[in-house]
Parts: sequence; C-alpha cells; structure tokens
Amino acid sequence: MSARTVNQKAWWLVLPVLVLVGFNAIVPLMTVVNYSVQETFGNNKFFFEGVKWFEMVIHSARFHDALKRQLLFTAIVLAIEVPLGVAVALAMPRRGVWASVCLVLMSMPLLIPWNVVGAIWNIFALPDIGMLGWTLNRAGIDYNFTRQPVAAWATLIAMDVWHWTSLVALLAYAGLSAIPDAYYQAAKIDGASSWAVFRHVQLPKMKHVLTIAVLLRFMDSFMIYTEPFVLTGGGPGNATTLLSIDLVKIALGQFDLGPAGAMSLIYFLIILLLSWMFYRVMTLGEAE
Amino acid sequence: MARIRIEHLRHSYVPRPARESDWALKEVDLEWADGGAYALLGPSGCGKTTLLNIVSGLLRPTAGRIFFGDADVTASPPGERNIAQVFQFPVVYDTMTVYDNLAFPLRNRGVPEARVDSRVREIAALLDLESMLPQRAAGLTADGKQKISLGRGLVRSDVNVIMFDEPLTVIDPHLKWRLRSKLKELHQRIGLTMIYVTHDQTEAMTFADQVVVMHEGTVVQVGTPVELFERPRHTFVGHFIGSPGMNILPCRLENGVARFAGVAIPTANTAAETPNGARTEIGVRPEFVRFASAGIPVRVAAVSDAGRHQIVETRHGDTVIRLLLDERDQVPTVAAHVSFDTAFTRLYVDGWLAG
Amino acid sequence: MKRMTWLVPALYIVFLMLPIYWLLCMSFKTTNEILGHFTPWPQNFTFENYRKILTDSTWYMGYVNSLIYVVINTVMSVAVALPAAYAFSRYRFLGDKHLFFWLLSNRMAPAAVFALPFFQLYSAIGLFDTHIAVALAHCLFNVPLAVWILEGFMSGVPKELDELAFIDGYPFWKFFVKIFLPAIAAGIGVAAFFCFMFSWVELLLAKTLTSVAAKPIAATMTRTASASGYELGLLAAAGALTIVPGAFVIYFVRNYIAKGFSLGRV
Repeated sequence: MSARTVNQKAWWLVLPVLVLVGFNAIVPLMTVVNYSVQETFGNNKFFFEGVKWFEMVIHSARFHDALKRQLLFTAIVLAIEVPLGVAVALAMPRRGVWASVCLVLMSMPLLIPWNVVGAIWNIFALPDIGMLGWTLNRAGIDYNFTRQPVAAWATLIAMDVWHWTSLVALLAYAGLSAIPDAYYQAAKIDGASSWAVFRHVQLPKMKHVLTIAVLLRFMDSFMIYTEPFVLTGGGPGNATTLLSIDLVKIALGQFDLGPAGAMSLIYFLIILLLSWMFYRVMTLGEAE
Repeated sequence: MARIRIEHLRHSYVPRPARESDWALKEVDLEWADGGAYALLGPSGCGKTTLLNIVSGLLRPTAGRIFFGDADVTASPPGERNIAQVFQFPVVYDTMTVYDNLAFPLRNRGVPEARVDSRVREIAALLDLESMLPQRAAGLTADGKQKISLGRGLVRSDVNVIMFDEPLTVIDPHLKWRLRSKLKELHQRIGLTMIYVTHDQTEAMTFADQVVVMHEGTVVQVGTPVELFERPRHTFVGHFIGSPGMNILPCRLENGVARFAGVAIPTANTAAETPNGARTEIGVRPEFVRFASAGIPVRVAAVSDAGRHQIVETRHGDTVIRLLLDERDQVPTVAAHVSFDTAFTRLYVDGWLAG
Repeated sequence: MKRMTWLVPALYIVFLMLPIYWLLCMSFKTTNEILGHFTPWPQNFTFENYRKILTDSTWYMGYVNSLIYVVINTVMSVAVALPAAYAFSRYRFLGDKHLFFWLLSNRMAPAAVFALPFFQLYSAIGLFDTHIAVALAHCLFNVPLAVWILEGFMSGVPKELDELAFIDGYPFWKFFVKIFLPAIAAGIGVAAFFCFMFSWVELLLAKTLTSVAAKPIAATMTRTASASGYELGLLAAAGALTIVPGAFVIYFVRNYIAKGFSLGRV
C-alpha cells in the first residue's frame, strides 16, 4: 500500500462529518459542562458554583451505589458473554448451509429494538403467566423479579446474555474463519490435541477480534439504559438502578441540571478511562 | 523408511462427480523409491497439491490406494503416517519460542524431555537455528519460519517422508537459493524421501532426482530433469519445461516423413501409422534450431536479449519458431532459413510422443 | 466427542429462540387467555392483536415513523461518511489522527449523558418531535461508525486505482462515483447495515426527542405497558412486528455478515 500523501485540502472532505458530529457532540457537551458548574433556582438564572456539583456527586452515596452496581453488572456479563460467545463460535460449522442458518438465527437478538428486548423478557419472566416465571415457580423456586432483588438481577443478566452474546460469537466466528487451513493441517501432522490447537492456534489468532469484542461489550454494558429500564424500571426499589438509569432519573426526571451535568461528565470520563486501561492491557503482549 | 506406491488413484472434490472435469485427479499410478528426492511439477490446478495432501493423509481419496512400504495407509490419518509437511506460507506457533515450536511434535507424542532437548538441539544445528532457539517464533523472517516448519518435521525420528508444498513462495528471491541449497544438503545428509510440489521448473529441476510432471489431473511424464528436457513425452512437457519452451509446429505426415511448409523435416522418431484425423506435430527446442542456408523459410520477427544469449523469434506464416543465438552472433536481417538438429526433433501424435 | 459439538450452537439457538417463541405465542392469544392461566401455546388462536395494530393509526404510524428516521439517518450517515473516510484513507492532514480518535470517542458516549442536552438543543432550534431530529441525533454515533467501517474497506483498495483514474483525466467526482464507489460496494452495504441496526434499536434518544408527530414505535409500546394496564397480547404483537424489518435485513445480508464482522470494525 502506497503511503498517504499530505494534503490539507482533505479537510473539505471531512467538513460535513465534522459539522454533523460536532453539532451533536460539542454543543450538548458544552451545555453539560455549563450545567455542571452552575446552580439555578429557576427563571433561567444561573450562578457559577465551581466544582460544588462534582464534589457532591463524587461524595454522594447514591452515586457510589449506582457505580458499584454498574461495575458488578459489567463484570458479570463480560465473564459470561465472552467465554460463551467464543465457545459457540468454536462449535459452529464453518461452511455450508447450517453455517448460514446458524448465523442468521444468532443475529436476530441483535436487531431487536432495545425496548422490545426488555419487553420480551418482561413478558417471558412474569411470575404467574410468563413461560420462564411460571416454569420456575412450578419447579419449586420462589421467583418474582418484580419483588426480589436477586431474581431481578438474575433476569437482567440472563437478558443481557441473551441479547449480546451473539455479538461476541459473530466476531469470534469471523476471527476463526480467517485462520488458514494450513494451521489446522500442520497441527494434525504435529499430533496436537484439540486443546493444544485451541491454545496455540485459535486463541492467538482471535486476539484482535476478541479485543474488539471485549471493548465493545465493556463500553455498551457500562452505558446500558433501555433494556433494564423496560424490564425492571430500576427496581425493585433501586436494586437494578444502573448508572444510566440513575442519570436519566436525575436529569430528565428531577431536572436537577447541576448534579446531572456533573454526573454526566464523571460518567463519560470513567468510561474513557476504563476503556483506555482495558485497551492497554489487552494489547500489552502484541508486537508491532 | 518406506517406499511409496500409489495405485489407481482418483479424486474428486464434488460429492457425485458426473463429468471428466469433476475429477481433480484422473488416474495416477506412481512409485517412489525410498530416500529419493522427487518433484511434482505442473501449472496451477493440475492436481499436484491434491496428490500431495492425499499422500500426507490430509485428504482421503475418492478411489485408489496408497502404500507406505507394504502397509495400506489409505485410511490412516496424518498423525499415523510418519510424514511431515511444509506449507506454502510459514506455519509456526506464534506464541511459542523457536525451541518450543521444534519441541511441539515430540511433546505431543509423550517423548521424555531429555530426548526432546537433544533432538531439538540437533535439528536446530542442522538448520542453523541454534542462536534463535530462545526467541519468539513470531519475530523471525519468512525463511526462518519456514526452517522452523521444516524443523518440526525433521525433529521426529520416525519420519519417513517430508513433503513440501511450494515452500519458497513467500521467501525473498535472493534467499530462495539459500533455502533450496539447504534442502538439497539436508537430503544428502539425512537421506529421507522428499517430495517437492512446485510450479517453478527451476526449483523442480535443481532439487529433484526425478520429476513427475502433471497436467489436468494426470501424470504426463516421470523422469530425470535431463530426460524431461531432451525427450519430452508430451508436447505439454516440452512446452512447460525450458525457457523458452519447445517449438511446436503442426505438420503433415506423408509416407512416414513429416513435412512442414513443403519442407521435409527428418525426425528422431517415426510414427507407425496415424489414425485418421490425428493431430501431428513436430517438437524441437530452441536450443536445437539453427539458421541455415536451406530449410524452412522464415522471417525474423523479434529479438530479445537474455544475457548470454539472444532469443530470436522467427515466423513462418502464423507459426512461431524460436531459436537461441550466442550473444555475439549476428542476427540475419529479415529473411532466412532455419534447420533442426535431427537427433532432438521429435514427432508427436495428438500431443504424445509417437512410436 | 467431536460429534457432540453441534449441541453447543444448537442449545444456544434454542435459548435464543425461546423468548421469541413466547412473544409470538402471546401475540396470538386473547387478553383473557393470557391473564387466565398459563398455556404453553395459544388455545384460542387469534389475529385480533395484529388486526388492531395494523388498522389503528396510533399504532402503525409508530412503525412508519421509526422507519422514516432510520432510513434518513442511514442515508445521511453514509453519505457524509464517504468523503470523510476517503480523506482518512488517502491523505494525511493536520490533526487527522486526533480527529479520527475524537470521532471514535463519540461511540463511547453514553446516550444518557446526551438525553437532556439533546432535548434542550433540538427544542431550541425548533426541531423537537420531528423525524429529522432523531435522524440527526443518531448521527452522533452512526457517523463515526460509518467512517470507521468505510475507511477500513477503502484502505483495501489500492491507491493505484485513484492515480490511474486521474492520469486518465477523470475529474474527482466522476472518479469517485463511477469507479471508487463500485469498488467498495460491499463496504457501503456493511456500513449501511450497521447504521440501520443501531438507529433502529436505539430508544432513549428517539423517545426523548419526540412526542406525537414523530413518535417511534418504541414509545407507543411503552405507553401501552404502563397506561392501560396489561394489554400484553397487544404489546407482544407490536414487539413481534418490530422484529420483522430486522429479520428481513439479516436475510439479505446473510452472506456478508461474516465478511463484515471479519473486518473487525464493528
């Protein structure tokens, strides 16, 4: 590939993107920053308050609780979805009609509007008339996700696994498909066991796609809003109130602009920071 | 150590082959003696890789059998055949060191560690890889990685045959000859049977004692490089080998004498009788064509400089006849005559050597 | 052992299909049957729920609205991303790396952070409750995604193609439309697919920026769940219908799914 030439006129090509994204990003963010450092008592009058809101948010128990719940949620779903997605990708046929059938069926949860995902699981898990809820209760397990925090968490996690594991599986599958046959042939000749093939051939070659999958799942699960909101509304109580849900409650529900602004910025920064850390850790071993 | 015998081998990639073209290998019968260096030569798609994979056990043939020595191995998996294969592009285990790469096949078979160590060092010395043993395999150059691939094959003491599937494809041109010489040296030192698949005739001719030329799924000729060069049994072989390839001239057979452009061309072989409608041709290599005062009238069309000789392209009507001239010789300006060395001029019927 | 590996994807797919089956089940039941007692399949099969949705404009307009802004967004995102991706792929310019990373960082922005500001921004410019508002808002995430995907595909086309065209005297736009775009047709397909996907499924911003005129189906559905008690059958039917466009799209791009993901650019 020939090198790219220096050409400042390229900015013209980028301009429409810049305008569109900038408009959507910069103006709102500035609003958020504005709110985060100001206080209002109504009537559109604002007073500069410095870092008061930031301090309040950082020290608030409510924020800490939401953050802890969020971290727990993200950790659990990552721990389930990544190995499960990889396992499914490894077991899938790599060629033929069945491969297409598998791919199409697996992709379906990914294209369902997020509120419908929440609604599906809501209907599915209803204790007395939902398939899952009814079955569990009949089997002797006392299950009610609208009243029991543990049940709510379990259902929430099951829903997320149902929704997003396919993304990991599809990415892993793509990574696996890119491995030339010769590697498997050589391993056969070398007398390698299936585990050795996984460890020395498949896993190393999937490193790139797995990094992307983990990063994406981390970011998206950290930002999740709609599905849990429709499923549990954040409840029972605030058992499943994750960060986004809490933020929207404060911003759009209570219209507490100051705290909302501060929390928004802190939230965004946490994501950026953790993403960067994740990225560094995962690409640590990679040579140029 | 084993003799390899292939009997009535046919292979198709299509589940229910109907036509001739569905068969990748049409009918192969071969025998390779123990310890020889063989080349499978042919253009892309001729079936050489298919044949190689069947011999190594990576592919089960649709029909036919393979024997290693006296044992029928047609159904045996690669791990049981004691073969090694080096692929077109280097296959190494990136996450392991060079040492661990070489040790891998032995460790998989439960060989005790002390023996593993001695074998690995022995082979590394043979391949000039000793200094790189502790390095990560991923960091080596292409030729280094191919050596590792080769090493993984050599390190097992029970290996009978090593197969090479166009192994020099990704090697830099100026390093190709080094690796090639190494392979030849190895063959002389160890004496294993080596089968080398390639579409490059130079590689085949310099490496092998015997070359198997394949075309469209069949073996066209088996012979030493010299035999292939001087006595091609098929026009394809004549055309494919040599640079430039053999000249093929359509001719008419009259009373056992071949005639082209009204001129009688004496040939080294004759046809007993030709079936009606058979295609008769004369084949002669440019090396054995000369300008003469009498013979086939031609006009000089182009001259290319190939270093120490010149390739002169002459035409008679639509037929192209090439010949070689020493670099200092004068090329006739336009019109001339060419004649052939009878000992190396051969008659072909329907592509095959007559008689 | 090898023979049983098909069990893994099989079980997984059963797991995926079960809730969807249940959704379909519910959509064909009457409310009475649903609230009565549990039945694994509809005892009284009925199309009533679907009939209601397809004839009641407050319902079907929800789908229409959603489709409208999704299509607008997809077209806009891809159109705007094409020249930008070309610039990133072919040229180096002042601040190009920083610009690229800034674009990608928007993908990492929580929608929740933008909910309130978008509400105020779009109200302020008078675009509240319009399709264009949602389409524009979704650009925040979709344009960087489209640029990322397209740049990947474009980098796979050798620069020599451009140079040849210029030597042959093609003006830039003619070259771009007649030569370059066909070369990256697969990339445009993949980018459009992902833009469609992310815009179709996103709810928070779509709900925040609309109220009546451009109300997406998502908002209509949530009204049903909370307001008039549990019209579960209706809700189920509405949900089932939202899966249809997605299923269509997957079917058409099924051959490109693996290829698109393999670029690793999702």
